[in-house]
Formats: sequence, C-alpha cells, structure tokens
Amino acid sequence: MTRWLQDNMPKIVLAPSFIAVMVFVYGFIAWTAWVSLTRSRLMPRYEFDSFIQYERLADSPRFETAMVNLAIFGTLFIVIAMVLGLLLAILLDQKIRTEGAIRTIYLYPMALSMIVTGTAWKWILNPELGIEATVKGWGFANFEFNWLVDPDMAIYTVVLAAVWQSSGFVMALFLAGLRSVDEEIIKAAQVDGIPTWRVYSAIIIPSMAPIFLSAFIVLAHLAIKAFDLVIALTGGGPGYATDLPATYMYAMAFSRGDIGQAASSAMVMMLVVFTIVVPYLYSELRTKDD
Amino acid sequence: MTDMSYAPTRTQSPTTKLVLRFILYILLGVFALFYLMPLFVMITTSLKSLDEIRTGDLVSLPREVTFDAWRTAWSGACTGIQCEGMRPYFLNSLLIAIPAVLISTIIGALNGYVVAQWKFKGANIFFALLLFGCFIPFQVVLLPMAIVLGKLGISGTIPGLIFVHVIYGLGFTTLFFRNYYVSIPSELTKAAKVDGAGFFRIFWSIFLPLSLPIIVVSVIWQFTQIWNDFLFGVSFSQAGTQPVTVALNNIVNSTTGVKEYNVDMAAAIIAALPTLLVYVVAGKYFIRGLTAGSVKG
Repeated sequence: MTRWLQDNMPKIVLAPSFIAVMVFVYGFIAWTAWVSLTRSRLMPRYEFDSFIQYERLADSPRFETAMVNLAIFGTLFIVIAMVLGLLLAILLDQKIRTEGAIRTIYLYPMALSMIVTGTAWKWILNPELGIEATVKGWGFANFEFNWLVDPDMAIYTVVLAAVWQSSGFVMALFLAGLRSVDEEIIKAAQVDGIPTWRVYSAIIIPSMAPIFLSAFIVLAHLAIKAFDLVIALTGGGPGYATDLPATYMYAMAFSRGDIGQAASSAMVMMLVVFTIVVPYLYSELRTKDD
Repeated sequence: MTDMSYAPTRTQSPTTKLVLRFILYILLGVFALFYLMPLFVMITTSLKSLDEIRTGDLVSLPREVTFDAWRTAWSGACTGIQCEGMRPYFLNSLLIAIPAVLISTIIGALNGYVVAQWKFKGANIFFALLLFGCFIPFQVVLLPMAIVLGKLGISGTIPGLIFVHVIYGLGFTTLFFRNYYVSIPSELTKAAKVDGAGFFRIFWSIFLPLSLPIIVVSVIWQFTQIWNDFLFGVSFSQAGTQPVTVALNNIVNSTTGVKEYNVDMAAAIIAALPTLLVYVVAGKYFIRGLTAGSVKG
C-alpha cells in the first residue's frame, strides 16, 4: 500500500487540480456552450433549441455596437500601445542614467486596478470640471472636450485610459528584447558607420519578431477581456455607446436576466480568444517539446 | 569588417550630440509627465475641498490641504445604502486575497514540481490544458460558477470568492513553478530517489529551498490579480462581502447626494495603495511575473 502510494504520489498530487480544471474550465465551457443553444431566460433550461440565441445576437443592435466597439478599441489599443511601447523602449535604451526611475514611472499603472484607472480618467475627462474647465481657466474660453459624454467619441476615452495603463508593460517587454540582441552585431554595425536608426530598423527590430507576437497576444487578450475599465470609466454609456461584448454579457447575465443571451455572447468572446490564442499556444508548446 | 578604412566611423560633433541628448531627455520627461499626471491629479484632488474643486483647476496644487475627503473615503462614504466608507471592503479584500494567494501558490508549486520533474504519461497534456485555461475569457464560466457556488452554499461569501480565485489562479501559479523547476537538472531528483528520498522529501529539502524567487513572483502576481479583480468580485459577492474594487465603483457611481470628487479620488488611492506598494517594493518580481507568461523560454 505505501509502495503504491509512493509510486503514484505525483499523480495523486496532480489529481485535484486536474479534476478542478476539467470541471471548472472545460466542464463550465461545455455548460455555457450548451445553454447558448437553448431558450434559457431567467433560469437555465436544458432543452436544445438550435441557434436561436445567436440569431438574437445577430439581430441585436446593442451587440452589434459592442462588436464594432471591440474592433475599434482592440485595433487602436493594440497598435498605439505597441508603437508607444517600442518608442519608449528605444528612447530608454540610449544609456540613460536615470533609467531605473523612469522605467518605474512608465510601468506603475500596470499595478493598478482597471477600476482605479477608470475612476481617475473619468475625473480627468469630466466635461464640467476636468481638462475642459482647466483649459478654459487658462483663457481658452471656447475650448470643448466632452468625449466622455459624446456617444461617437466615448470609446476613444477607453482607448486612452487603456493605453495609459498598459503601454509601460509593452515597453518593458520590448526593452528586454532590445537588450537580448547580440551586442557584437550592433558594435560591428556601428564600427561600419551605419547610423543608429538603421541599426534599429534593419537589425534590432527584425530580430525581435517573437516579442512583437508576445506583446500582440497579451494586448489582444487584455482588449477582449476589458470589462472593468469600461464599467468604471463610462459604465458602457452614454446609452450603450461604449458597450463591449464583456459588458453586454454581464448586463444580460445579471441585470437583464437573459441567460441565453449571456451564454451566447460569452461563447462569441471565447471564439474570438480562440482564434487568436490557439495558434500561438500551439506553436509555443510545440517548440518547447522539441 | 575586413577593411576598416572603407567605412569610417561617423563622428557627430559634440554640439549635435549634446542637442540630441537634450531632446532625448525632454521626450522622456514629457512621457513621464503623461504617466504621472493622473496620479498627481488624484492626490491633489483628494486633498482639496469641494469648493476649491468647483472653482479651481485640475492641475493646480491645493490652496488649503484638507484630509476630510480621506476620512470620509475610509469610514463614511456611501456605497449605495450603506455608508461605512472603504474600510470594511478593504478588510474583505485582505480576507479574500491572503488565503487565496497562499493556497494557489502552494498548489501551483506542487503542480509545477510534478510537471517539471516527475513526468508521467499525460502530465504534459495536463499542463497544456491548464495553460489554456489561463486564456479563457472568464465570462464563459460566470454563469455555471454562480450556480455551483449556490449549490455548495457559499455563494456571496468570502470563502466562495477565495474558492473562485484559487481555481482560476492555478494556471498561472503552476506555469511559474513549472518553468522555474524545469531548469533544475533532473539528475538531482534521480540521485535523491536512489538515496531513498520520497516525493515530498525531495520537494521539501531540495526544491523548496531553491524556490524563494519564484515564490515571490507567484505571490506578487496572485496578490495583484486578486486585489485588482472586479469581475468575480462583482458577480459573486453580496452586500457586506464585496471586495475593495467593487466598493470603489459603488462609491464613485452612487447617485445619492452631492458628487464628492475628492472622496472618489481618496477612495481610489486607498484601493490602489496595496498593489502600488508591492510594485514599489518588489517591482523586479512584479515585472518577472508579467513577462513570465508572455516571453518564450
């Protein structure tokens, strides 16, 4: 008996986690997938009823807004955070004496809750008392800045706050990448008289392709999961102008009592994540096994 | 490289160099201001009176420093009908975060140890399944989790939230320890086995003493995640068990009475302080945790 216990200890230790993952991750996904194919409303029902919930999603102007917002927000957030992160990393890579302190300043927003970030920017962007009032106070009486309450512009405030929060992290990723490039190659290029910007654009940046991919995956993942930031900054409003699939799902699940819609919108989110993350994870795991 | 003279090193004049350095530092300074501005505005706003906020501007220093807003935020601000400030919720977050961080780190360490050093058929598949679980949008488990918590009789309770955070934290903690232990030569485990040491003995006397850095990374990562969590907090809590992020959001969006921006800002800083502190004290480990999941290796 003790012998058996000894031999199987690794499996015994792993078993609870294995069961937990199978139930709470994969079992739950299966549950949500199934319920998304039923007519569940206030209570979950389990009789299969084709794709009615997905048809309702397709017909819902609110969900359409949420998907369009995800596309706008996701694209702008990823592109701006990457460009800004790369720029900051290159600037910081020039043998700056106070690099440690500056890095700390650029990266600290990443330690904050999205709710804190949203609360802070909501106040800064406040149309009556925030930036607008401040600039007016400087003598520009006609200055107007009310993106937060403008249905067409509010989504860009979410981009702004999200970039503020995450670009420092991208900088840290890129900085580590810049530092890992072979110094000898860079020195050789400098000895040959190649200007610094060419060294970056032709040698260093192309060799960082895997880091671009990593940064993209992390940012895309953050964008799809963005929920707290929208709740704190705009509450999804004005109206539902800044709704994302995540806030749509939450509203359906907990305030509208429409479990079928909640489940199907969650599955759509899942699908978006799948298409981005699965190829990445697959290649990661494969190269690791080699 | 064979002929050094054919492309001589370009030399910039000292003046050009100085100007370039100057521009570089200006740029770095401008970006530093961009990142610091919200924190600065939060702090100054929290120290102003409401009258000054209505008349003054965002970036000015407070004419008269007052800590009234901090007092209200800590023990008097209303989160809906209750007006007890952030204090009880701050405590809730501690009661949730501390056990959840410890439990998920311990289980993650054991899991990582097995996956890295006691490979058996299926261990890698387990790891892949677990890793994938890190990436799912949690919306997809929200509804069934609400039902299961109810069936277990822990819905809306602190133990319920601890349970949820442990389950969905396991992926990352296992990943941290697995990647750390994989670099320890497996000959060590084999030699110890030959000497008659068992599974836990090897973990306890060989692996654990080596693990301090990765324990710090895991604890900091989990603490930051759980403290800053909002989705689980808002979905699985009820009045009285809400974590600090949910309370902050309720204070800011509470519609009763006068809008007290200084209280909002003080409450936001209170909610941010623990993770900011961790970041300032152990930033190196914080960054290691952030990059561990995203960089090959």
